[in-house]
Amino acid sequence: MRSVASRTSFRRRFVNGLMLGLTYVAAVVATLPLLFVLVYLLAKGVSAVNWSYFTSLPHPPGMGGGGAANAIVGTLVIVAGASVMGVPIGIGAGIYLAERKGAPLAVFVRFLADVLNGLPSIVMGIFAWELVVVPMGHFSALAGALALGAMMIPTVTRTTEEMVRVVPSTLREAALALGYTRWRTSLRIVLPTALAGIVTGVLVALARVAGETAPLLFTAFGNDFWSLSLNQPMNALPLQIFNYAISPYDDWHAQAFAGALVLIALVLIISLLARAATGRGFARASE
Amino acid sequence: MVDEILAGPPGEAEGPPVEPAQPRVGIHGGGFGDRIYSGVITLSALCVPALLLLIFWVITKAGWLALHTFGFGFLTSSQWDSVKQQYGAAPALYGTLVSSFVALVLATPLALGVAIFLSEFAPAWLRRPVAFLVDLLAAIPSVVYGLWGIFVLVPFLRSWVMPFLRDTLHLGATPFFSGPAYGPSMLAAGVILAIMILPYISAVSREVLMAVPRSQREAALALGATRWEMLWGAAIPFARSGIAGGVILGLGRALGETMAVTMVIGNRQEIAASLFAPGYTMASLIANQFTEATSDLNLSALMAVGFVLFVVTLLVNAGARWLVWRTSLETSI
Repeated sequence: MRSVASRTSFRRRFVNGLMLGLTYVAAVVATLPLLFVLVYLLAKGVSAVNWSYFTSLPHPPGMGGGGAANAIVGTLVIVAGASVMGVPIGIGAGIYLAERKGAPLAVFVRFLADVLNGLPSIVMGIFAWELVVVPMGHFSALAGALALGAMMIPTVTRTTEEMVRVVPSTLREAALALGYTRWRTSLRIVLPTALAGIVTGVLVALARVAGETAPLLFTAFGNDFWSLSLNQPMNALPLQIFNYAISPYDDWHAQAFAGALVLIALVLIISLLARAATGRGFARASE
Repeated sequence: MVDEILAGPPGEAEGPPVEPAQPRVGIHGGGFGDRIYSGVITLSALCVPALLLLIFWVITKAGWLALHTFGFGFLTSSQWDSVKQQYGAAPALYGTLVSSFVALVLATPLALGVAIFLSEFAPAWLRRPVAFLVDLLAAIPSVVYGLWGIFVLVPFLRSWVMPFLRDTLHLGATPFFSGPAYGPSMLAAGVILAIMILPYISAVSREVLMAVPRSQREAALALGATRWEMLWGAAIPFARSGIAGGVILGLGRALGETMAVTMVIGNRQEIAASLFAPGYTMASLIANQFTEATSDLNLSALMAVGFVLFVVTLLVNAGARWLVWRTSLETSI
């Protein structure tokens, strides 16, 4: 009797230990790719990240040297344009969702924002292409900004909502009791309180779209020369990485690794800023 | 007298305390400024459904010519011939499903393991760093994964994994692991997709596991269950539909992922049973062929592929969100 009991309990403890061990293994295996990618990029890219990478235009293959100055500036311009389109709408929608939690329209919009968040970026590219590039007759940075801006809306909406919701209702009630109108309460009391969180949401959305390539293939398209006009094709760092990576030239490959390092650094800096703002960050699926 | 004391002031006795008196100027009416403010935020909120509708309309319009010309046959034909002007999306559809399936098979157990590790077993000091690193996986841009895929993953699969699967494990006898190992392949696409969707599945699973009420776990432990039995018998059944939602959310990501896949899948318009063969996904077909599109019908066919992708991911995401939402509803009761 006793031996049976101890045998069962041994089996149960064994299974328990085995499964516990397996989850440790899973955690290690899941973080390995990150390590591999980062180490490989550092090994290959560091030597090509130099002063001229940030200051000169792309060179034709075989010439050596050259850089991605226009691509870096282009990425910043396109992302800034995207924010101008996406952030105000996202914040407005987020406030709406937070202030009317249970309203049927709020439930509907919340659901659709989550669905929109999951749409493939290439679909946004097609959308901006057909809406802007086709009528205008040429590729443009503006179309790229539109595609990325549309992608920012759901992320900004949902984080703003979350952040506005956690503002204590006593603050709101105190302001109302002092005779503030609703809109002034919202703009002067609630929003400043939630500001850090909203900034985090915006930065997370920025970090996510800054690395996007697919929507830009059809819109900003790429450009080997300087261009600051929103009406013209513009180069972007992810586009250049893609074009160089699939080219057959070794010096372009080196530039692609350098570009990947710079892009990751950019995305990480934005993400860390986002974390610093509220201690949260990264484009999490659940947000 | 006693009754009166017990009853107390009327407000306290009846369930929830009465809300403090709201000012008459509600969000619906009242001052002029309030009305404008309410209008602005409502309009912003309406932008979300409007945007989705606009995307739907614009993409349908872009793909209409091809959808109209080929009808349902567009989904079943595997020709992509710009000379004969015949276009079919079957290989891309097949490739999308297969690569996503491979990704799910590889990523789901790992992601679940990570989620369980982080929510149950990890020592406190390990939790934050590991969660941080896994989240970081989602922060790496797709094109960077593609770059790494071309120069590291594909050669590694070609010289080690593919020969191992085919010859050492003798899986070459099955159609799925046979044929020459080119490198760029459905398998490469599946592996890179698995890495990319893992953080999404694990984030959602972790969250729903943490949302399981303490009482459930404690009840199981009090009955003498080991930690694993508690997890398997009490926590996971509770979180099941939320985990399923996370997996489907990952599937949605995998279906539409473009750059990394375009760079490692080999881009060939053909249906092959072997995972070692190159193929196409819907997204990589669009990305790869867009600059080479020669005619209106050709372009429209690409946009029609985009339309199919849009509809599929829309349905998948809606389903996933519904599942996650249902779990959060259950656990909050």
